[in-house]
Amino acid sequence: MRRAFLLVRRRLISSIPVLLIVIAGTFLLLEAAPGDAVDAYLLSIGGGDPVLVQSLRESYGLDQSIPARLWLYVSALVRLDLGWSVVFDRPILDVILERLPNTLWLMGSAVALSFGLGSALGIVAGARPGSAADRALSIGSLALYAVPSFWFGLVISVVFAVQLRWFPTSGIETIASGKEGFARARDIAWHLVLPVSALGFIYLALFLRMMRSGMAEAWRQDYALAARAKGLARSRIVVRHIARNALLPLVTMLGLQAATMLGGSIVIESVFAIPGFGRLAQEAVAGRDTALLTGIIVVSAVLVILVNLLVDITYALLDPRVGATEAAA
Amino acid sequence: MSPLLARLSDVSVAYGAGSALASVTLDIVAGERLAVIGESGSGKSTLALALAGLLPDNATLSGRIEWPGLDRAPRPGRDIGFVFQDAGASLNPVLTIGEQIAEVAQRHLGMDWREAGRRALSLLERVRIPNPETAVHAYPHQLSGGQRQRVCIASAIAAGPRLLIADEPTSALDMVVQAEIVALLDQLVREDGMTLLFITHDIALASGFADRIAVFQRARLVEAGPAIELLSRPTDAYTASLISSHIDLATPPLITRDAP
Amino acid sequence: MSVLARTLRSPEGAIGLALLCLLLLMALLAGVIFPGDPLAIVGPALLAPFQDASLPLGTDRLGRDVLAELVHGSRASLTVGIAAAFVALTIGALVGTLAGFAGGLVDEALMRVVDAFQIVPSFLLALAFVSVAGASLPVVVFAIALGAWTGPARLARAEVLSIRERDYVAAARVVGMRPLEIALREVLPNALPPVLALSSVIVASAVLIEAALSFLGLGDPNIVTWGSMIAEGRNVLRSAPFLSIIPGVALMLTVLGVYLFSEGLAEALARRKARG
Repeated sequence: MRRAFLLVRRRLISSIPVLLIVIAGTFLLLEAAPGDAVDAYLLSIGGGDPVLVQSLRESYGLDQSIPARLWLYVSALVRLDLGWSVVFDRPILDVILERLPNTLWLMGSAVALSFGLGSALGIVAGARPGSAADRALSIGSLALYAVPSFWFGLVISVVFAVQLRWFPTSGIETIASGKEGFARARDIAWHLVLPVSALGFIYLALFLRMMRSGMAEAWRQDYALAARAKGLARSRIVVRHIARNALLPLVTMLGLQAATMLGGSIVIESVFAIPGFGRLAQEAVAGRDTALLTGIIVVSAVLVILVNLLVDITYALLDPRVGATEAAA
Repeated sequence: MSPLLARLSDVSVAYGAGSALASVTLDIVAGERLAVIGESGSGKSTLALALAGLLPDNATLSGRIEWPGLDRAPRPGRDIGFVFQDAGASLNPVLTIGEQIAEVAQRHLGMDWREAGRRALSLLERVRIPNPETAVHAYPHQLSGGQRQRVCIASAIAAGPRLLIADEPTSALDMVVQAEIVALLDQLVREDGMTLLFITHDIALASGFADRIAVFQRARLVEAGPAIELLSRPTDAYTASLISSHIDLATPPLITRDAP
Repeated sequence: MSVLARTLRSPEGAIGLALLCLLLLMALLAGVIFPGDPLAIVGPALLAPFQDASLPLGTDRLGRDVLAELVHGSRASLTVGIAAAFVALTIGALVGTLAGFAGGLVDEALMRVVDAFQIVPSFLLALAFVSVAGASLPVVVFAIALGAWTGPARLARAEVLSIRERDYVAAARVVGMRPLEIALREVLPNALPPVLALSSVIVASAVLIEAALSFLGLGDPNIVTWGSMIAEGRNVLRSAPFLSIIPGVALMLTVLGVYLFSEGLAEALARRKARG
C-alpha cells in the first residue's frame, strides 16, 4: 500500500495550488460583475436610501478592495466559513451541505450505471470485434452519445412518467409523506430512477465505446496471442486478459468525466426538479447571489479533486506498474 | 525409423496475395530437437504459427498437417507449448506471473487453483527463477528480460505438452543469457521427452544442440537433415553461404557457461 | 485520392458529411427559405405537425411556425459550435505552445492554471460566466471556450515538447530551415489527427452546452435556439410533446453528424498514413 500512499500524498500536495487558483479566479470573475448581491437585494425590495446601502455593504464586507476581500475570503474558507447567502438568508455552507447529498446520490448512481453497464456491454462488443453485436452496439452507442441529456430526460419523463405513469415526474421524494427509514429510501430510489437514467445513459455510451476500443487495442497485443497459444478458455482470455487491460483507460476516463457529470447534474436536476447541489447553482445565478455561486464552484472543485484522488488510487490498485519506481526507492 | 510426431505435406500459407510459406514438406520426429534456420521473412515464424494453429484470420492454409504422434488434433497449451521472442510483451502486465503459469495447469490438467498454484511454484523452481515463493506474486515488470523468458517457458510446459515450439526465444536477450536459456530448453526437453522446434536466425546457436536442422529461404524449405551432416556437407548453396558467414564452427566459442 | 474523397468512402464519413451539409444549408439559407422573423405569430397555437401543408411541423404555444424556428435555430447551434471550437483551439494552442517552449516555472504555473480550468465543471463555469457577462451569443461562445481550451492546451504542449526532441527537427535545423518553416512543414502534419479529433469533440460539446444554457434560460434571448425551443415546449409537455421532441432530434442529428464525420475523417487520414 506504500505505492497508494505516496500517490495520494503527491496528488494532495499538487492540488492545493490548483484549488487556490480556482478560488482566486472565481472570486475575481464574480466580483467583476457589475452590481453585487446588495444591488440585487435592493432591486427586489424596490430601492433604498444611500445610508442603508452603505451599511448593507459594510455588513457584507462589500466595500473593501478586491485583494482585501479575497484574503478575507480565503481565511474564512480555512475555517470552513463560506459566507452568507443572500438568496436563502442562511450560511452558505449549510445550504450546500443540505443540498449536496441529493446530488451525490444522483451522480453516484449515474456513475455506477454508466460505468458498470457501459463496460459490461463494451466487453460484449469487444469480445468479438466486427461481429453483429459489436456493430449494433457501436452504432447504438454513438447515437446515444449524441443525445442531449436534458432532452433525453424530458423524453423519458414523457414516456415513463406521463404516459406509462411508472415513475414520478419530479422531485426527490413524495412531499410530506412521513416515510421513514427503508420506506423512505425506496421512495427516494423510485424518484431517482428517471434522473439517474437520463444522466447515466449518455455516459454509458462513452464507457461502452472506450471499452470496445480498448479491447480492440488489447487484442492486437502479444499477450493476447500468447494467451491463445496457451489454449485458455475464451471467456478467461476475454475477461482476465483483454478486458482487464482495457479497463485501465476507462478508469482514467472516469476521473476526467467526474467534472463533466457534475455539470450535467445541473441540467438534469432542473428537468426533474430535484433539490440538489446542481440546481443550487442555477438558483444562485437567478438570484445573483455571487457569494453562493463562488461557494458552489469552490465546493465543486474540491469534489472533483476528491473523485480524481479516488480514481488515482483505484488505478494504482489495478495497474501494478504505477508508482513502482517511487515505492521501490 | 523413429516415430513421427508431425508431418507437413505441401503446406502453403498466404496472406492475401503474398506467400509466407510455399509448398513445405517436412517431418518432425518425436523427441527430436529440430532447429529451423532462416533470415527474417523466410517463413520460419509462419511455420511455427501454422503448426500451433495460431495463424491470423486473414491467412489461408493449404496442404496437410498430420499428427501421427498424437491421437487427435493438437490443442494449444495442452499438446503444443509456444515460447515467443518478446517475453515482456507476451506476459500480461496486470496479472502476477504465478497466475499466468497456473492458469495453464488449471485449464488443461483439471487442477483447482490451489493445486495449479503449487504446480506453478515447482515450475518456477525448474526454470531456476531465484526465490520462487516471492516470484509467484511478482509482476512481469519486476523481472529481468531473461527471467521473463524463463517464466514464459514455464507456462509453455506447464501442461506437459508433447511439442515445444520456441520462436526466436533468445534473439532479444544478450549473449550470456542466450546461452543459459538455450541450455535450459535443452535440459527441459530431455527431461520431459518433449520434441523441440527451435526457430532462429543464428545457425551457430542452433549447431550447439540441434539433432536436425531445416533451412528456409524466402518461404521455401531449402534443405533439411541431421545437423552434423548438414553443417559439414551442405547440399544447397544457400546453406553453405549461411554456414561460411559465421566464425568457423570448430573454433572454441568466446563465451561459455563456465566463463567468469 | 484526396482526403475528402477517402472520407466519403466510409459510411460514417458519408453520412456525417451529409448531415453537416444539411445543417450548413439550413443555417445559410434560413433567411431565404423563411424570410421574416421566425418568432412571428403565423397561425393558431399548438397546431400539430402534418396537419397543415404551409405549417408542416405545426405551431408552438404562441402560434409560431415550428419549422421556421427549427431552421433559424440551426444558425445558433452552428455558429456557437464552430466559434467556440475556434476560440478554444486558439487560446489552447497559444497557452500550450508557450508552456512547451518556455519550460521551467512558466510551464509549471501555466499547467496549474490549466488544471484549475479543468477541475471546475465546464458547464458550471459557463453558467457563472454568462451570469456575470450577460446572455448574448458572443458571451456564450466565450463561456464555452473557457471550459474547452484545456484540451488543446495540453495537446499543443505535448506536441511542442515531443518535437523539440525529435530527430527531424534537428535535421531540419541543420539544413537551415527556420523555426516557422519547421513548425508548418514538419510539426503540423503529424499534429493534425489528434487536433481534428479534439475539435470534433469540442464542437459537439459546444452545441450541447449552448442548448443546455438556452434551455435554462441563459442563452441569447433575442434569437431562437433549439434549446430555448425545448424549454418552451416543456410547458406543454403533456399535451404537445412534439414541441420539445423535434428540436431535440435536430440537436442529436447535428452532434451525430459531427461525430460520424470526424470518425470518417480520422479513418481516412489513418489509411493515407498507412499507405505511406
